[in-house]
Amino acid sequence: MKEPNPIASTEGLERLKAQGLKSISPAVTKFTVGLSACGLATGGQAVFDALAQELGKASSSAVLAKTSCIGFCQMEPIVEVYRPGEPRVLYRQMTSEKAQKLAAVTLSGKLHKEDALCTRDGFPEGGPARALSGIPRMEDIPFYQKQKKIVLSRCGRINPDSLAEYVAAGGYFTLWRVLNSMSPDQIIAEVERSGLRGRGGAGFPTGRKWRFARDAAGDPKFVICNADEGDPGAYMDRSALEGDPFSVLEGMTVGAYAIGAQEGVIYVRDEYPLAVEKLEIAIGQARAHGLLGKNIMGKGLSFDIRLVRGGGAFVCGEETALIASIEGRPGEPRQRPPFPAQKGLWGKPTVINNVETWANVPWILSHGADAFRTMGTENSKGTKVFSIVGKINNTGLIEVPMGIKLREVIYEIGGGIPEGKRFKAIQTGGPSGGCIPHQLLDLPVDYESLTQAGAIMGSGGMIVMDEDTCMVDVARYFLDFLKEESCGKCSPCREGIATALDILNRICRGEGKQGDIETLDAIGRMMKGFSLCALGTTAPNPILSTIRYFRDEYEAHVRDRRCPAGVCQALIHFRINPEKCTGCTLCAKACPQEAVTGERKKPHTINGASCIKCGLCYDVCKENAILKE
Amino acid sequence: MITLRIDGQCVKADPTATVLEAAQKAGVRIPTLCHCEGIKPYGACRLCTVEVSNGARTTLQASCCYPVQEGLVVRTDTPAVLEGRKLLFQLLLARCPDVPAIRKLAEEWGVPNTPFKPKGEECALCGLCVRACAELIRAEAIAFSGRGTSRKVTTPFGFPTDTCLGCGACAYVCPTGRIQMEAEAVARLRKLVGAQRKCRYMLMGMVPSKLCPNNYECRGCTFDQAVEYQLGIHPAFAIAATRQQLGTSV
Repeated sequence: MKEPNPIASTEGLERLKAQGLKSISPAVTKFTVGLSACGLATGGQAVFDALAQELGKASSSAVLAKTSCIGFCQMEPIVEVYRPGEPRVLYRQMTSEKAQKLAAVTLSGKLHKEDALCTRDGFPEGGPARALSGIPRMEDIPFYQKQKKIVLSRCGRINPDSLAEYVAAGGYFTLWRVLNSMSPDQIIAEVERSGLRGRGGAGFPTGRKWRFARDAAGDPKFVICNADEGDPGAYMDRSALEGDPFSVLEGMTVGAYAIGAQEGVIYVRDEYPLAVEKLEIAIGQARAHGLLGKNIMGKGLSFDIRLVRGGGAFVCGEETALIASIEGRPGEPRQRPPFPAQKGLWGKPTVINNVETWANVPWILSHGADAFRTMGTENSKGTKVFSIVGKINNTGLIEVPMGIKLREVIYEIGGGIPEGKRFKAIQTGGPSGGCIPHQLLDLPVDYESLTQAGAIMGSGGMIVMDEDTCMVDVARYFLDFLKEESCGKCSPCREGIATALDILNRICRGEGKQGDIETLDAIGRMMKGFSLCALGTTAPNPILSTIRYFRDEYEAHVRDRRCPAGVCQALIHFRINPEKCTGCTLCAKACPQEAVTGERKKPHTINGASCIKCGLCYDVCKENAILKE
Repeated sequence: MITLRIDGQCVKADPTATVLEAAQKAGVRIPTLCHCEGIKPYGACRLCTVEVSNGARTTLQASCCYPVQEGLVVRTDTPAVLEGRKLLFQLLLARCPDVPAIRKLAEEWGVPNTPFKPKGEECALCGLCVRACAELIRAEAIAFSGRGTSRKVTTPFGFPTDTCLGCGACAYVCPTGRIQMEAEAVARLRKLVGAQRKCRYMLMGMVPSKLCPNNYECRGCTFDQAVEYQLGIHPAFAIAATRQQLGTSV
């Protein structure tokens, strides 16, 4: 193989671009399989292997390629078929058998219509997609209709292992232009003007942070990418890294040039092996092409990035704890000020931004701050990536303009609640966030609105809950998570979480006392003001927001010893309605305790003494004869 | 000098001082458990939380870590501070129900008892022992292990450690009496023979050469006690202060 040449000219970039375009849109039929974590988890590798075998058997000239997640995780494994001159077609929920069939039909020159999800636009040149008979266009599918992709624009479109394809999709032209024609001050001014705010959750203006670090005394300076995503149900950063690692590298390089840093660190969870692998490949290629290292693009900038893998502590997502962890100390936050922009890694000025923030940077500098400002609300500009999970029809990763209404996210993009159940609440921001009830469905999604509602933007996890969710149990769940994940350094967080969890456990066991709700509220407010870091000050949000919007549910638990949603085991009882029971014995067979008795074809009964309330009888009954009360 | 207001009182403070230091100098009382002069601020107990306004924003801040600023307005007695502090005392009392030092401090601040379930711990996790060992002596013989509610102070892997000099600085700073000079640390020293039986002052580097003539009964040793009396404080603090004066990193 030829040694790759360092890129130090427009011609070099154009050469790489041509090479990338050829592999994105070859002159032959191309099958592309989504092999991000979601694709792999649903059997994407088997689909890939089946396609490889099929292509080999037919000794066809068609090529097989890998890409990443296009967001609609529920439809994985997804296969894209490209035939020169035809719109690209996506096929959903593939299996090896379906893939074999798909390959056979496609290679015979016909359009395979079974399992088709949609067609999509040409890439990277753009242009609307053409609908094929019976197959809708991507922009006509409700899941994609309201999305606007910046950070995820290349995810699921390029091979994340290929620098050439990244360049073909516009990558590194921004860095070239920035290094040639912009001063660090101009870059910072442009980022400031764009209104970009930190996507990790707190929403601090990115440009201002860069300015602080640039103006701070100290040498060397550092840039850090925070990829220690730990919220349950959130996977935006993982997907972005698995799908488009180069955009983060390019964003960090621009940032390093702007603040005058020579070294960068990506702190990535070790639980993300695929993201680590993709980053390692990307860093290796960038170095080989002179896009990292000494004299980047021949412009005299020296900057390199190394990976540090996190050891699995949630608190290391907090910036000062993250820095401590990189330095080899236990991951514990320290008091700010001084802020990392003044004294960060090794006591030097450090800019620390989230994956999504860094990935926004090249787009802002190539399209301009004004284009970025056209999206979003007064104080929250641009787009935000969310993972929507839980009781929702369309599970997946979405990127929407700031200010979109929760109702649009849940009912239009998300497709509503499964089985026609009633929507109850949406939890944003993970364990630090809060639950937003149905009466606030028209709330615009931006930093200020969410904070006012008692939740936070957070890194972008959205957990949808339906009527079968007990809000006391939800608060208890998040506190239980935080009990393990608080570092334990400061007493308000450590003791506050433990004591609040004790009380919540008691309430869920049906042993709640008068005054418990007020005590929970007081502990929550104290933790908000007294804790050391953001983990502690936001830890009570799940309690405070559920008390604020679902106080009646707490009262039902405490006063009436009743769990309205039928979740808290100590407070529910199962009973068989003799009018409806047909004596089919399904429940008796399912019961692990043999608590259900009765004669065949005659109404059964449940022996309350030996029932462990597992709910299996409730689940198997076809007559709806089991009552949960 | 920097001028700030604490509870309405005009206070002058050194630019490098913290709000807590400025308050203490001005005679304004603020409770604290994890602060100790001579050891770097840590901000773990949060009992010293006060309300701070710098003109633009009013926030709650741990005064032991918050640097003084010109024109800062500090209040130690707002409802948010008082209520939060009371609850925090109650939580600490529940954690350490039988520790006299915490009972006494809580009582002084008007919190005689706690409504929460007592946990019977002896250690308040203020971290003074860990910091004394690391910062003053630089031995790092003890540290925190575990996370969240399972956090505790321990030696590496819970075994007696050779790194411990037996200097007793940890026991000296411990506000709760949880850290005692454990028999094991002294027993380990007593097993040594001849020229290995170095005096704790030699181990700490305060005297160039001195062997223990007293079977490590430091309290009964005239030399040991004379030095400690002369210093007026645990020798570990004297060492750290000297080191700082000399500006050496040794």
